[in-house]
Amino acid sequence: MLEDISQKLESALKKIRGQGKLSEKNISDSIREIRRVLLDADVNYKVAKDFIEKVSQKALGTDVLSSITPGQLITKIIYDELTELLGSSNQELKLNPNGPTIILVVGLQGSGKTTFCGKLAKKFLANGRKPLLVACDIYRPAAIQQLKILGEQVKVPVFSIEEKDARKIAKDSIQFAKEKNCDTIIIDTAGRLHVDEEMMVEVVDIKQIVNPTEILFVVDSMTGQDAVNSAKAFNDKVNFDGIVLTKLDGDSKGGCALSIRAVVGKPIKYSSNGEKLDSIEAFFPERLASRILGKGDVISLVEKAQANFDEDEATKLEEKLKKNKFDFDDFLRQIRMIKKMGSLSSLLSMMPGVGNNMKNANIDDKALVKVEAIISSMTMKERRDPKVLNGSRRLRIAKGSGTSIQDVNRLLKQFGEMQSMVKKMNQKGFFNNMLNNKKLNFN
Amino acid sequence: MNLLNKRRMKLFKNFNFDKLKTGLTKTRQKLFDKISETFTGKAVVDDELIDQVEEILVSSDIGIDLTDKIIDDAKKNFKDEKDRSPQVFINQLKKSLSKYVIGSQEKVVEFDSTKKPYVILIVGVNGAGKTTTIGKLALNYRKSGLKVLICAADTFRAAANEQLDVWAERAGVKIIMKGKNADPSSVAYESVQYAIDNNYDIVLIDTAGRLQTKTNLMEELNKLNRVVKKKLEHAPNETLLVIDGNTGQNGLQQAKEFSKFVNISGLIITKLDGTAKGGIVFQISSQIDVPIKYIGVGEGIEDLQDFDINQFVDAIFNK
Ligand SMILES: Nc1nc2c(ncn2[C@@H]2O[C@H](COP(=O)(O)OP(=O)(O)OP(=O)(O)O)[C@@H](O)[C@H]2O)c(=O)[nH]1
Ligand SMILES: Nc1nc2c(ncn2[C@@H]2O[C@H](COP(=O)(O)OP(=O)(O)O)[C@@H](O)[C@H]2O)c(=O)[nH]1
Ligand SMILES: [Mg+2]
Ligand SMILES: [Mg+2]
Repeated sequence: MLEDISQKLESALKKIRGQGKLSEKNISDSIREIRRVLLDADVNYKVAKDFIEKVSQKALGTDVLSSITPGQLITKIIYDELTELLGSSNQELKLNPNGPTIILVVGLQGSGKTTFCGKLAKKFLANGRKPLLVACDIYRPAAIQQLKILGEQVKVPVFSIEEKDARKIAKDSIQFAKEKNCDTIIIDTAGRLHVDEEMMVEVVDIKQIVNPTEILFVVDSMTGQDAVNSAKAFNDKVNFDGIVLTKLDGDSKGGCALSIRAVVGKPIKYSSNGEKLDSIEAFFPERLASRILGKGDVISLVEKAQANFDEDEATKLEEKLKKNKFDFDDFLRQIRMIKKMGSLSSLLSMMPGVGNNMKNANIDDKALVKVEAIISSMTMKERRDPKVLNGSRRLRIAKGSGTSIQDVNRLLKQFGEMQSMVKKMNQKGFFNNMLNNKKLNFN
Repeated sequence: MNLLNKRRMKLFKNFNFDKLKTGLTKTRQKLFDKISETFTGKAVVDDELIDQVEEILVSSDIGIDLTDKIIDDAKKNFKDEKDRSPQVFINQLKKSLSKYVIGSQEKVVEFDSTKKPYVILIVGVNGAGKTTTIGKLALNYRKSGLKVLICAADTFRAAANEQLDVWAERAGVKIIMKGKNADPSSVAYESVQYAIDNNYDIVLIDTAGRLQTKTNLMEELNKLNRVVKKKLEHAPNETLLVIDGNTGQNGLQQAKEFSKFVNISGLIITKLDGTAKGGIVFQISSQIDVPIKYIGVGEGIEDLQDFDINQFVDAIFNK
């Protein structure tokens, strides 16, 4: 049925065909360049390939506003999808309502776990909670001492005991927290390689012993291609809840975050951007997306072009379409707006709720001039209710607009078809469906 | 002490060669199988094969630009080969890769007995493995019969002194440290003075990790370098940049920026006992023109090896 509708719509508007659409050909250069940008930003080889392929396949056929190029548009679309992918799903740290919140911090050596634990403790304290830091890194020289110093600095107690087994420390810390009335337990663990089986067993054991509310995987933002392997291995073993991205105060692009996000599908919950204990922030997906992709100028250019398109008008139009009240007067207003900013096809594609399905309705912008003239020659009454347009009225309009009676008849026929299609679409809940389909699924 | 009079010498043996091999090869197995399959029965290097090679190289953090160059290079040479077996093409790739590590063999000077104390400054970004590497180096130098002093010039990080102190004890060498937040230059200055006064052969200076974008911290490093030089004309004799083997393309930025503030004479790549390949060092070595000296293959004090270009390149392709 849908197929039928869009075919009809296309044939109805066949005459007026445009060419400003994203095609494999007109985006190939940009796609190639973006792929290199992603690889230079340390996005994993396979992830970059997959991501670009999926996004560009979905984007094919999208109409391009006349003020921008297909390359610019695809760049913006990729940026949007990147932001979406990096930012989707909840970023809030879970808290345990029925007992102590336990946060287990894991990751490779030197990624920034211990420092992050200190920062998190400080944050919790400021939020009125009673945190406890737990020193489970019994391997790295002076790791316990490091955490103790950080604890002192943020005025949070640190639990540590002379013990050769990190499991025991983790276990005892829970009891200790109870005694000290601490409601938030942050467990710092030793850095470990994902291929170190013994050490991976240790962290799994700790998880089982303390049953953490959240497990956070800490990653150095300078990490390269191998991030997918380590993250995946950690995730397979402990099924962590979120990612912490560190050392963002440097100039690394942070593409590893995209790799990890794509491979394990877990949200990035914090970014760490300094050695000082207040250098911790919530994660902002659009910042990281533009850090990875660069091209801020292109993105703002496209944004500007898209913003020229009047959102209010679009919403009104959508409402009218939904209520089957779209008339020639609305059509005329749309046409004038389009002339201001680009092609009709791009307008249609940008209308909320119209999206992909109407993209097949190609409209030649030059034909718009004619259409505009014809509608301008109609009275208000005629525009609202085209049924009154008898032969003599049509002739008058043709003369008034400098077109032929055939032109007028064609427009009326097309408009009639469009209206009845819109009606059918509404009956089928078409617009609602399309609204829900707007977002791309990557995983 | 006859040996030590030689201008150039190799002090270290490879302790844990197997560790590098197992670490570096695990994930390669699958890819290599694929390559072999593709090669089988094919006399030409087709696009699919090139894609797979590209994947291997890029996945090793070699970088897309250098990967392209290496593949082009290998393709050209492959054309002239009579034998178009997979092994020959891989050998071509290895050969062109090796060209991007500058003459490491010739440039390695591990100790020059005419310059005493021989001062080695260790620098790098946060968490790269500097302190651990100092422990490993100290042990090796001491085992070679040299008198080694460790200088704790990371006065910033929490428990940095305590950490390095443990390593000094493990290596069985003396350490000089001051209180937290002391001026790192002054610790370095005093250490060099102490080494001169007490006839030390080697001084290893640990520094705080710093991101190359932090100008003030980079200036601090530059100052330390000047202060050391002022104390001892020929020092620091070496400045080694420690690069985490997991590092991606940012590694090149690190090397370039650090070179602006200190005179980098060599690289150490750490954490190669994992699955990361450390491929960024090809760009680093060729662009800032320094050799790779050692690799870290574990957290133990003996987990340091000489860098061997053939092993390293083999590990990228080996099954
Ligand atoms: N697996 C592995 N871990 C290593 C290696 N070298 C260092 N590490 C670990 O990496 C972490 C950081 O090492 P450090 O030596 O403290 O690094 P650093 O550069 O001095 O760090 P900062 O002083 O904090 O900047 C520690 O947990 C070390 O045990 C190595 O070759 N392999
Ligand atoms: N510049 C910077 N350094 C950081 C950040 N997080 C941690 N570090 C530093 O990175 C090094 C390793 O951190 P640490 O917390 O000990 O890592 P761990 O080995 O994972 O526990 C230390 O020098 C920290 O000061 C960050 O966000 N920015
Ligand atoms: Mg730690
Ligand atoms: Mg250190």
